[in-house]
Amino acid sequence: MAANEADLSAFHAGSSILQVRDLRTNLIKPASLSLWAGECVAVRGPSGAGKTLLLRAIADLDPNEGLVCLDGRDRSTIAAPEWRRLVGYVPAEPGWWADRVGEHFSEWTAALAFVRDLGFPEEAKAWPIARLSTGERLRLALIRALIVRPKVLLLDEPTAALDPASVAAVGSLITTQVRAGLAALWVTHDVEQAKRIAHRILVVKNGQVQEEIPEWPAISP
Amino acid sequence: MASYIALTYWQLAAASVFVFINAGISVIFGLRVHRSLLIAALRMTVQLALMGLVLTTLFSMVSPLWTGIAALVMVLFAGHEAAQRQERRLSGWWSYGLGTGCMMMSSVLVTVFALITALRPNPWYDPRYAIPLLGMILGNCMTGIGLGLDNLTTSLVSRRASVEAQLMLGATRQVAAAPVMRDALRSALMPTINSMAATGVVSLPGMMTGQILGGVPPAEAVKYQILVMFLIAGGTGLGAVTAVFSGVYRLTDGRHRLRLDRLTAAKAA
Repeated sequence: MAANEADLSAFHAGSSILQVRDLRTNLIKPASLSLWAGECVAVRGPSGAGKTLLLRAIADLDPNEGLVCLDGRDRSTIAAPEWRRLVGYVPAEPGWWADRVGEHFSEWTAALAFVRDLGFPEEAKAWPIARLSTGERLRLALIRALIVRPKVLLLDEPTAALDPASVAAVGSLITTQVRAGLAALWVTHDVEQAKRIAHRILVVKNGQVQEEIPEWPAISP
Repeated sequence: MASYIALTYWQLAAASVFVFINAGISVIFGLRVHRSLLIAALRMTVQLALMGLVLTTLFSMVSPLWTGIAALVMVLFAGHEAAQRQERRLSGWWSYGLGTGCMMMSSVLVTVFALITALRPNPWYDPRYAIPLLGMILGNCMTGIGLGLDNLTTSLVSRRASVEAQLMLGATRQVAAAPVMRDALRSALMPTINSMAATGVVSLPGMMTGQILGGVPPAEAVKYQILVMFLIAGGTGLGAVTAVFSGVYRLTDGRHRLRLDRLTAAKAA
């Protein structure tokens, strides 16, 4: 699913949906980036470089300073619960607060299309959380975040624990959502995956965010 | 008045034999509880002996000032004990201040209420009634608030992912922390609920037994005990609810973030 010319021109025509300027915590250095509607940006970098902390800071889960705007609206003017419904975050190890799958979804019927897309039967609603594999948990957490209908989705290695078939299913689900206008910031260790799914790549090193100078899309087949 | 049997110091010493036997067992089997057991027994003896002296003086004075000071000292000690029992504490003054504040609020409120409405001694602050009543309520509040806060802080740490999962989906901090708060309150109130349920069948409470040993007719002692149990349950509930709600408020912030950085590191066992 390489980024094609049409996709690129589509998002460059509008204005960026998410703007981050000098976002910093006591652990990450000031980071600036912007994300366009219908754009998927990969975030790479060695373990412990601050990728997760960057996503958490954008989702406002840790104390942070700097300017973050969505559609031109300053984050500080939006109540935090509302902000997190607009800017969803799926962590690498999602948490569960009830015993069964269905209890984590406000509306199971709304989730059904995604549930099938990611290879679950409808009865998965009654499955106990304790029985789920790491991969199943990640996929269900992704669905849980998508049905809130966020404008921006922050993904922390959503395919790290998945088998190849699930990686492909998750990849195509995100791509479809991105085509429909979702902006995604996708943390991944996998260079090939980053090139395949993302329009741009950011690199986090020693707590600093930089745009990766692409030797691509020139090499993309 | 003097229908009780006075004890001699030798009789007390004889009763302590079993504590020493327990300490001996701990030494022989390497259970490592003898030290804390003996220190606690020694503390109990010294503290109660001092309390006997203090109460004798207070009862003879019937001064509102000195009764108030004695009550304050008891509350401050209870706050210290409750804070000591936390595995993870709130940072800074919160650790001591929150527990102590809640204890003072709930136990003083309940004690004064009982003095004014039920017991009605003259004057209402008569230390012969106020101090023992406060002591009983405070002791239970201390256990309840200590358990509630300890359970709250340790579960917020261990269940951080599940609390944050709800926050990530746009839940408010009240909603996200609700499962942890429920468990913390349950653990705070369980000893009180259990003791109410078992009282009279399994256990004969210390105060009632004490009154009976002191010559009060059982039917009268029972009335006092029921009064005290209600006060204990009310005071512990009130204190624990306030402490757990305030604890959640302190460990989250206005942007609905979980703020575990406001906790100190776990105490080494």
